[in-house]
Amino acid sequence: MLRIEVAKQLGEFSLQASLVSEGRVTGLFGASGAGKTSLVNIIAGLLRPDRGSIVIDDETLDDTAAGVHVPAHRRRIGYVFQDARLFPHLDVRQNLDYGRRMNRLADDHAERARVTALLDIGGLLDRRPGQLSGGERQRVALGRALLAKPRLLLLDEPLGSLDEERKIEILPYLVRLRDEAGVPMVYVSHDAGEMRQLATSIVMLQRGRVIAFGGAEVLPPAPT
Amino acid sequence: MFELSPTEWTAIQLSLRVATVATLVATPLGIAAAWLLARRDFWGKPVVDAAIHLPLVLPPVVTGYLLLLTFGRRGLVGAWLADHLGIVFAFRWTGAALACGIMSFPLLVRPIRLSIEAVDLRLEQAAATLGAAPWRVFLTVTLPLALPGVLAGMVLGFAKAIGEFGATITFVSNIPGETQTISSAIYSLIQTPDGDAAALRLVAVSIVIAMSAMIASEWFARRALLRLHGN
Repeated sequence: MLRIEVAKQLGEFSLQASLVSEGRVTGLFGASGAGKTSLVNIIAGLLRPDRGSIVIDDETLDDTAAGVHVPAHRRRIGYVFQDARLFPHLDVRQNLDYGRRMNRLADDHAERARVTALLDIGGLLDRRPGQLSGGERQRVALGRALLAKPRLLLLDEPLGSLDEERKIEILPYLVRLRDEAGVPMVYVSHDAGEMRQLATSIVMLQRGRVIAFGGAEVLPPAPT
Repeated sequence: MFELSPTEWTAIQLSLRVATVATLVATPLGIAAAWLLARRDFWGKPVVDAAIHLPLVLPPVVTGYLLLLTFGRRGLVGAWLADHLGIVFAFRWTGAALACGIMSFPLLVRPIRLSIEAVDLRLEQAAATLGAAPWRVFLTVTLPLALPGVLAGMVLGFAKAIGEFGATITFVSNIPGETQTISSAIYSLIQTPDGDAAALRLVAVSIVIAMSAMIASEWFARRALLRLHGN
């Protein structure tokens, strides 16, 4: 369960969001500039809220009143960025292994094989990030985040920098991830179609405020 | 003509030793200083920045004299070090290394700082979300990506250290076999009748060392670009 109640002032922009979600995939939906990325950065611990609290499964990660702020590296929250952010000096195999090393987890061959198969990246292991297509990069970034064994996975417009063809290539992997990986996700997008396919509950953000919460019915009607 | 005499060899070897020790000791400090300047904002940062660059603009003889006042036998720090740790800088090759280290420090720090600034902060954030504590982010992401800059800084610092003259001769004098580096040997030779040939030989050696350092430094800079693009 994810419980968020935060306020953050960023220049002119003010974010005030409160929500509780138990869905497998919580969709954060809204136009660009609605505060989606800021909210996700706060959940990840990359941005500190001015006021409020974040609780995941009864563990408090932020509570400004009590002076609690768990730093990003101790949150065990995976993050897949729009721009993948693979480490350019490491090959794909080392990128995938990074989270395991940093968290001092035991080497888990079965898990690595499962994630590699799930995302179809077994053939890319010896390549450098510079030699991957945009879609491949995003799949490796997904694998890298999963292999750190997060308790929650944040996906910030993971298809945002891809063209239509590539989006169609990646979407099935995300659906598989939702159904098979067993990690709750927060999925950020401004695309209602992606939301319909992936999210189990939807939070609608507008200018830094939550304006609707629920199922697919809160989305704008699909074009017919 | 190109036979080096034992004195000249000694000067070359001493120069190499002084510059190597100066560079190796200055590099960790230089990385720390570069990281602070590139990634942290703190009170007095402009003053620290200026202090690091000071040896570049001060007359070397001033730096050397200040070193003598501070680290000389009767200097505040020098007396303490000699009495408590048995470390003596005055008129020793270690003093030459200290002078060279300080004179080359700004040249060492600058490329490292630039290459740390060029490392994408977003990669450091990604590393944090994967569970890397700040010091591990530095060791596994920032430093490897800045490594070509670190090597370029070391090469430049080394080249500067090997050519240092003013501060070294002021601080530790010009003692053959102890503090007489290539530069001070050349200085002595051109004041000696018939010293021209020997001086020219050492001049040629310094040109070769300096050129090699510059070429190596360029090569590292190009490597840095390739590396940051992940190819």
